[in-house]
Amino acid sequence: MKDPLGRPPARLLVPAALATLLLLVPLVALVVSTPWSLLGEQLASRDLRLALWLSVLTATVAMLVCLVIGLPLAWVLARLEFPGRGLLRALVTVPLVLPPVAAGVALMAAFGRNGLVGAPLRELTGLTLPYSTAGVVLAHTFVSLPFVVLAIEGALRSARKEYDAAAATLGATRWWAFRTVTVPLAMPGILAGMMLGWARSIGEFGATITFAGNYPGTTQTMPSLIYVSMNSNPEAARSLALVLLVFSVAVLVLLRDRWLATP
Amino acid sequence: MSGLEVDLQVPGRVHAQVHAEAGDVVAVIGPNGAGKSSLVKAIAGTVPATGSVLLGGRDLATLPIRERRVGLVFQDQLLFPHLDALRNVAYGPRARGVARATAYEVARSWLERVGAGDLADRRPGELSGGQAQRVAIARALASDPDLLLLDEPMSGLDVGVAIGLRLELSCHLAEYAGITLLVTHDAIDALTVANRVLVIEDGQVVQSGTPAEVAQHPATDHVARLVGLNVVRGPDRTLTFAPSAVALWAHEPVGSPRLRWSGEVAQVTGHGAALRVVVRTDGGGPELIADVTPAAATELGLAPGRVVWATVKETSVQSFTDRSG
Repeated sequence: MKDPLGRPPARLLVPAALATLLLLVPLVALVVSTPWSLLGEQLASRDLRLALWLSVLTATVAMLVCLVIGLPLAWVLARLEFPGRGLLRALVTVPLVLPPVAAGVALMAAFGRNGLVGAPLRELTGLTLPYSTAGVVLAHTFVSLPFVVLAIEGALRSARKEYDAAAATLGATRWWAFRTVTVPLAMPGILAGMMLGWARSIGEFGATITFAGNYPGTTQTMPSLIYVSMNSNPEAARSLALVLLVFSVAVLVLLRDRWLATP
Repeated sequence: MSGLEVDLQVPGRVHAQVHAEAGDVVAVIGPNGAGKSSLVKAIAGTVPATGSVLLGGRDLATLPIRERRVGLVFQDQLLFPHLDALRNVAYGPRARGVARATAYEVARSWLERVGAGDLADRRPGELSGGQAQRVAIARALASDPDLLLLDEPMSGLDVGVAIGLRLELSCHLAEYAGITLLVTHDAIDALTVANRVLVIEDGQVVQSGTPAEVAQHPATDHVARLVGLNVVRGPDRTLTFAPSAVALWAHEPVGSPRLRWSGEVAQVTGHGAALRVVVRTDGGGPELIADVTPAAATELGLAPGRVVWATVKETSVQSFTDRSG
């Protein structure tokens, strides 16, 4: 059907087509160039199993940590009025724009063996976070937290504040209202936020390799494994990248209703 | 529990005093934007205000919302959408620490009392407006409030539904031992459900009294129109008369009744078996309400813009000296 506003201008359509190609071609190339005949063998390799397991484990733990500390922070941002709230929200978004490698360096400055928090922690408890699985979780949590907090804050805001007032008139404490009304109403957004955080953790590379290193079995996650494979065995790297692509697409499908359905 | 003594100010919205005794049902009426809703929300604590709300020796204004023990029925109900009707009604008792089974029992009995016993397992999205309002009233009463605040509970309901609910509501409120404040812009609510009426205009109390007092001596034109009375203010006295006492004529009436006006029909609406006609009189005179039979309306060709004469017999007029000063 003819658009009554006239033909869409070519100077918009051409760049749009370019953008589409840029997004599409690498994915197609990855699928096409994957050594399908060797795929089974490579997917059975011990390194991949260890890295995949570690990625899923650390991303899941990081997601749960993000929920436990991020949901309260999102609630504070969505429900409380206080000076500096804008500043706090800006702080939350910093890891979004901070290069992950820089995040890794910052984490090292804070939680490294001689770091601001790391040194007293080591002296008091003997625990050190860098180059440990816990360090991977910490790095993942740091970079994923903004996704989780911002998504949940949006969900909490759309769960009308009036329901809190209704709960209060019925005798609910704020904590009770949070548990029985606010969270259930915001649940779809909370789940979406957790999913986003999980996907971000799965793809996390810079901060993790900087802060936690790259030891198979303890700190080598999928992206780190792909990175080292790229130098030694590019074909294996492609197979591994394909696995991550499938993961990403799976997450996208799970979030489909939320994002792709927008008109 | 003793009486209620309210003196509250919501800056820029309302500054009002309310007095009520145990068992009273006070209708709070007034035009849109007068501050009625702000007043009850301030009493409940959901809108910040200064002043005091004395109830049974406690000053509620100093307490957080949850400790005020005030039941608030919201205009749009605000039933929790993720809970079924039973859990909505049980919410208050549960929040105050009542065991689950007991709370559900209490909730079930309240749902039965408001005639919504068969809706227990429905979520708010599956309820009609009237059903949702019943559940909302049950929810407020199940939390055992000392004071019940109803903010326009009938608005947004179909006329037929509102009539049924109004009758039920007046029964529940008659049984309820606490004090009820009912915000409404509908005079029928005020005159049928309440035993006291508080009129608020422009953020201030302009009249308070029994429904009969307010209906017979409305303090302002707005109240008069609300209760369906004509008010004509003269230099030294004010006249009130019922819409049915007004006769309309197509031509200047013969004889010389003292009370007569010419004007233009502004509005014609159905009112029971009669038609209610609003006449805007010439020369900046009063706006009159007249009830006429459909036959008379047809004969006169009543429609907006039609020029008519209106007369009232002196014998059907109540006259009192103006006290608005």
